[in-house]
Amino acid sequence: MPRSDAKAGSVFRAVCIKVTWLWLAAFAVVPVFALMLVSLLHKEHYEFFIPVLTLDNYRELLGPVFLTVFWDSTRLAALSTLVCLLVGYPFAYGIAKSPATWRPWLLLLVAIPFWTNSLIRTYALILIIGIHGMANKALIGLGLLSAPLEMLYTDFAVFIGLTYTFLPFMVLPLYASIEKLDAGLIDAAKDLGANSAEAFWHVTLPLTLPGIMAGCMLVFLPSFSCFYVPEILGGAKNMLLGTFIKNQFLVANNWPLGAAASFVLTLLLIIMAGAYRLAGVYVAGRERKDSPSHAPTPVSGDE
Amino acid sequence: METPPIIELRGIAKYFGDTCALYNINLEIANGEFLTLLGPSGCGKTSILRLISGFERPSKGDLLLNGRIINNTPPERRQVNTVFQSYALFPHMNVWDNVAFGLKMQRRPKGEISRRVAEVLRRVHLDALADRMPRQLSGGQQQRVAIARAIINNPLVLLLDEPFSALDFKLRKQMQFEIKHLQRQLGITFVFVTHDQEEAFAMSDRVVVMNEGEIRQIGTSQQIYEEPENLFVARFVGDINVLDAVITTLGENGICMADVEGVEFPLHVRREYEPGETVNVLLRPEDLKIHLEHEKSVESPFFLGRIEETVYKGATVDILLTLDNGKRLQAVEFFNEDDAEISYRPGDRVTVTWVAGWEVILTAESE
Repeated sequence: MPRSDAKAGSVFRAVCIKVTWLWLAAFAVVPVFALMLVSLLHKEHYEFFIPVLTLDNYRELLGPVFLTVFWDSTRLAALSTLVCLLVGYPFAYGIAKSPATWRPWLLLLVAIPFWTNSLIRTYALILIIGIHGMANKALIGLGLLSAPLEMLYTDFAVFIGLTYTFLPFMVLPLYASIEKLDAGLIDAAKDLGANSAEAFWHVTLPLTLPGIMAGCMLVFLPSFSCFYVPEILGGAKNMLLGTFIKNQFLVANNWPLGAAASFVLTLLLIIMAGAYRLAGVYVAGRERKDSPSHAPTPVSGDE
Repeated sequence: METPPIIELRGIAKYFGDTCALYNINLEIANGEFLTLLGPSGCGKTSILRLISGFERPSKGDLLLNGRIINNTPPERRQVNTVFQSYALFPHMNVWDNVAFGLKMQRRPKGEISRRVAEVLRRVHLDALADRMPRQLSGGQQQRVAIARAIINNPLVLLLDEPFSALDFKLRKQMQFEIKHLQRQLGITFVFVTHDQEEAFAMSDRVVVMNEGEIRQIGTSQQIYEEPENLFVARFVGDINVLDAVITTLGENGICMADVEGVEFPLHVRREYEPGETVNVLLRPEDLKIHLEHEKSVESPFFLGRIEETVYKGATVDILLTLDNGKRLQAVEFFNEDDAEISYRPGDRVTVTWVAGWEVILTAESE
């Protein structure tokens, strides 16, 4: 490569890297620190906040109101994550094991709902699970119900909404890790006497753990903090975390408390990202640490 | 009385959709035998292995293991283990857990598992590496884990699917030796698949040469090399010269006279031929004897030709020559004390003949 080209290339690379760093600093690091700062400030009557450092907001979060919100959100998010996993795994497995020519089309079908605005899709759910919705009509028509079931504006509706909305986020990473799995390993397990269930438990499951973790994170975190699904489908009885944060900022004008709740969420994300990395390390063994720069010492003396 | 075969394939055929991978395969494998399936890629040798291991089921015919038909027995219930071409070691388990996998699946007691794993790891010289993950091992070490993981289950038959294809030349030679040694020690039947004829000859009690889904010859290494039953086998295992000939007169004691490329030769035949029948005379490069034309008179019939090229190979010299009728031949000469110098130059006129009786005569095949 001519020298000037090489130089231009390195300048281009330096510019790209610096722009990325600037972008991340301006739009990720600074806002997170701003959020943390605001969460440590104090709310006065007509001001958004006054510059007095305090941990009051976090203390307030330990109160029964927020803890109930937190617990309800955790429960619902965990439940929809679990159901997404139980539904998504066989789903992703089916796509990954289908003929290679079908796979892009099946994945497209998973992605198509994204082309419609999620608010509209959530409203559409009302038509299905409403008191006179299609689900009730079908169940009554089949003689399984005598009177329509009240599903809309309950936790159940929120659960349905979250599961439906975030299922693709579970399927895609699972698909990626199952598709990557070497089918020869399953053959090897069977060759060594494992039946299908044992081969799945000892080989497939541990090796697709990174996909499981990624999928669970991608479903749990947004359903934990999502506000429009509970607002549209949920009842007024139970407030969830997303709604709580939204209300602090837009309704109660209590920015510091909203910021504190937000920051708790950010911490949770960091913890889960750490757990995900650990799972990756577990699967790859100690590969990154030891090889290939630290080549193993041949003990048996063959090479 | 002969012991019954450990594995028997009776009239086995295998179709994948419309394509036929195996036609009417009949094969008996004796207990304790080292048998190699040899052939070019796509010849069906791996299909036979997958039938025995249970990953494929025969479309026709019967497969017997130890006298029992096992056509539909799933792989996990066959007392057969495989060393896979890519090793297929479990990447999330260390060496110890990989090797212990089979015994864990059999729900053996913990004490027995650790005793047997330690024993088999010692046997393949991996006892010091039990805690390593597969990726931290060299190719040769991974290979040994794969072997240890298979033999720990005391299989009736061990299947090896081109296990050395990922290894470099030197390590390959060493592993060939170790595997052969291991097979003698264990006394287990080994069924080995390769496309490398040297590897097949070096290791096997018997070799099965396959092509396009059919068995072309079964025999010892020596039989396959020295008495090929057809042109495919002759050409697949090593270099060969194929000469055209027509039988002229029938002789006695298995000797016919024939017109070979325009010269009358006596041929040692293994069956009856009719005068006028066209045959192929097969000669290995090392069977040919070459002398400079003026050097000395040769008693037996000979061809006349000229040297085209010589290639120095260290212990041998490869010689390319053309007969006066245009036929090209390859010959090999070994250096020895009597004949310290083999110094042919391109263009030298030579006489060519062969060691009487070393020729193989086959009915001419239309190709």
